[in-house]
Amino acid sequence: MKEFADYKNVWVFAEQRNGKLMNVALELVGEGHKLSREISEDTKVCAVLVGDKVEALKDELYAYGADAVYLLEDPLLGQYTTDGYAKVITDAINEYKPEIVLFGATHIGRDLAPRVAARLNTGLTADCTRLDVNVANYMDYLEANTTASLTGLDREDQSKGLKQTRPAFGGNLMATIITPNTRPQMATVRPGVMAKMEKAEGATGELVKVDVKLAASDINVEVLEVVKAAKEMVSLTDAKIICSGGRGLGGPEGFKLIEELAEAVGGVVGASRAAVDAGWIHPSHQVGQTGTTVKPEIYFACGISGAIQHLAGMQTSKIIIAINKDPECPMMKLADYAIEGDLKKVIPEIIALWNAQ
Amino acid sequence: MRIIVCVKQVPDTTEIKINPETGTLIRDGVPSILNPDDANALEQALQIKDANPDTEVVVITMGPPQAKEMLQECIAMGADDAILLSDRALGGSDTWATSNAVAAGVKKVGDFDLIFAGRQAIDGDTAQVGPQMAEKLGIPQVTYVKDFTLEGDHVIVKRALEDGYEVLKVKLPCVLTAIKELNTPRYMSVPGILKAAKQEVKVWNAADIGVDLTTVGLKASPTNVFKSFTPKPKGAGIAVAGDTAKEKAENLVAALKEKHII
Repeated sequence: MKEFADYKNVWVFAEQRNGKLMNVALELVGEGHKLSREISEDTKVCAVLVGDKVEALKDELYAYGADAVYLLEDPLLGQYTTDGYAKVITDAINEYKPEIVLFGATHIGRDLAPRVAARLNTGLTADCTRLDVNVANYMDYLEANTTASLTGLDREDQSKGLKQTRPAFGGNLMATIITPNTRPQMATVRPGVMAKMEKAEGATGELVKVDVKLAASDINVEVLEVVKAAKEMVSLTDAKIICSGGRGLGGPEGFKLIEELAEAVGGVVGASRAAVDAGWIHPSHQVGQTGTTVKPEIYFACGISGAIQHLAGMQTSKIIIAINKDPECPMMKLADYAIEGDLKKVIPEIIALWNAQ
Repeated sequence: MRIIVCVKQVPDTTEIKINPETGTLIRDGVPSILNPDDANALEQALQIKDANPDTEVVVITMGPPQAKEMLQECIAMGADDAILLSDRALGGSDTWATSNAVAAGVKKVGDFDLIFAGRQAIDGDTAQVGPQMAEKLGIPQVTYVKDFTLEGDHVIVKRALEDGYEVLKVKLPCVLTAIKELNTPRYMSVPGILKAAKQEVKVWNAADIGVDLTTVGLKASPTNVFKSFTPKPKGAGIAVAGDTAKEKAENLVAALKEKHII
């Protein structure tokens, strides 16, 4: 094991779009806070804020637990470009040497992080759903939630390397990845998985204004236009109740029933990959594999048999209610409440009862 | 112009099952396929060739010898040439090491105008090799490409975001990673299949591509698999009783109320 005494602190990329922080940025601050305290008393969680005139966002980052904000501002950083962001972040990492750098696994994080990691010649682990530095905590997790053997692990082990756990093979398999010989240890983290801290209004921290060196000639891509989808983005990750439909709906018209259910129970509409692939509903509703992980209070799975990718994306929901004709399908086995029957008959009854309350 | 398309042979993950006794993957009998996003990448290159017949489309992959089959499929779809990077020294590479090897293979192909790749492969789902190869080649990248237009010495692409898209202009050469919204991949054609049967897939080893052996393979990879395992199955729930849909719905709502869930 090499010594990396020069590398210190946990950095999280505080992704903002149009001057608004992404939820995952605050989730990363929360996770980074936890990791930093486990590493040592004097390890800090630092938010890396990149953009043009975005300094005001620092207060929100402090309020959610950031000890410090590293501010990388330049007019050329007003729009996200791979080239611009990768250059200034790589330069800052080389200058300040954090031991861990985390990015949200968004379309921007997954574009930026590999470029930065390749330039630094360090490792990067994609789409993590769990991070550990403390060996005993990691062993507790393995014991409680997985089939992993604990052979070779020692509760007294005080090493603080980052153990990065992620799904692979479409969620069929989990793997823990380490970056033993290079620093920083880098990972992208799935949105919706890590916990934000309680907001502490008025909290403050250290502000580090990073000297940004960027020229227009460093950026080889020109942003002509940024178009927002006409339809409001479906926020599955924030939803308290999700009503999802799958192949068992029988066609696109089945989603009308799901929409009615969602309206009655105050939820949002989700979908299985099969329903999305069939073109019955927009991909932004998809739960699982390359979509996001959701963990609502209540998850209705209507006509979803439970492909492993879908299960991986929703099995941490608090209460799962499945409605399906096939009592033997994986979703019905996973569900807390399994209703065997015709969803076209059962759902209207649930809607009526819910409305009657 | 010359277009290079980076592809990968992957197990069809939708066919993978878990052995409930051992908690391990059952891979026997699972078919190997051309990674879905890579088929969209190849299709885009072939569409450029359709419009500009003097275009040369070269497909490249890294993998074991059996990946040749997938490359022959790519030739049967319309690719002009196919290259397999295969060497024990390249085995066990993580994304960083893989990008070093593929970048070396691309350089050996020679001059090129455009590189397409799939956004990500369904076995690892990392989406890292495309951007990391672009970095190693020192050229710009656009990921999540859902729309593409070639205009002289540059391209105009739409890059999908979670809540919309960006329109970007990039000078050639560059690396573009494709998502399924980009197009519908074509099937193999009969003349293509006949051509593929006759045409030799080129196989290059580490020495052929002149890659620095300290930057490829398991030992050189900055990330290591520490442990792999399967999630524990969740405890069984209850089947909601009732003879009719109405009774079942009533019992469900009553149970949720009793548990103070609603």
